[in-house]
Amino acid sequence: MHAGSSESHDLTRRATLRLLGLLGVVGMAGTALADAPGWPVEAFKQKTEADALKQLYGKPFEVSDKVTLEVPEIAENGAVVPVSVSTTLEGVTSISILVPENPFTLAASYKMSDATMPAIGCRLKMAKTSNVIALVEAGGKIYAASKEVKVTLGGCGG
Amino acid sequence: MASTIRVRAQANGPTTDVQALIQHPMDSGFVKDSDGNLVPPHYIETVTFEHAGKIVLTSNWGPAVSKDPYTKFSFKGGAKGDVLNVTWVDNLGKTDTVAAKIA
Repeated sequence: MHAGSSESHDLTRRATLRLLGLLGVVGMAGTALADAPGWPVEAFKQKTEADALKQLYGKPFEVSDKVTLEVPEIAENGAVVPVSVSTTLEGVTSISILVPENPFTLAASYKMSDATMPAIGCRLKMAKTSNVIALVEAGGKIYAASKEVKVTLGGCGG
Repeated sequence: MASTIRVRAQANGPTTDVQALIQHPMDSGFVKDSDGNLVPPHYIETVTFEHAGKIVLTSNWGPAVSKDPYTKFSFKGGAKGDVLNVTWVDNLGKTDTVAAKIA
């Protein structure tokens, strides 16, 4: 019985290490050999709206009043700007948020299942006054809404 | 060890409303410390929310997400007592996970 339980423990440990190896994470040392699996590396490197859009979705967007973007008009603290995106569009698979005046344009990108309500709330950093652009991928097409947020104290700590 | 993830998942009729707060510096790599040295980037890249074997939300984040990142969303399904697994992985390969109960 003793041998049996330590054996199954070993199997679990080996299976976990194999999985971690597959993920490219050296679990023991705690150093990553790669970014998190599935993380859109290229999209997060982009410095313009067009490039971020291209890397994320590879297709153009149309402005839509069916996308609701809630942001403060003035953000007193650029380190914490509350952003909410919701939409009445159906078949939403993804919502992304761009801040063109930030060092990297793409702030966050969410993937939704068919069971997920097409709305997201988050808090972002804004380096300075900028547009905030919400992109919604629905039914294979991209829809957008944009609002300007005035930032009094920049969120980059400078 | 206490989790870095705090979840409030509330069954609300046919939907479950979720709010999650994660303790994490979300260092962008652009900020200098008191000695004038850049604090290296250290931020969460992905967060997954999983219910009944289905990933209901994947968050892909960059350094522009605020420190101690907050997420609010809802999904159809989920009942009181169900488990919602929340897992994050950051750019240094660190990770944490929590099995939250839907209230």
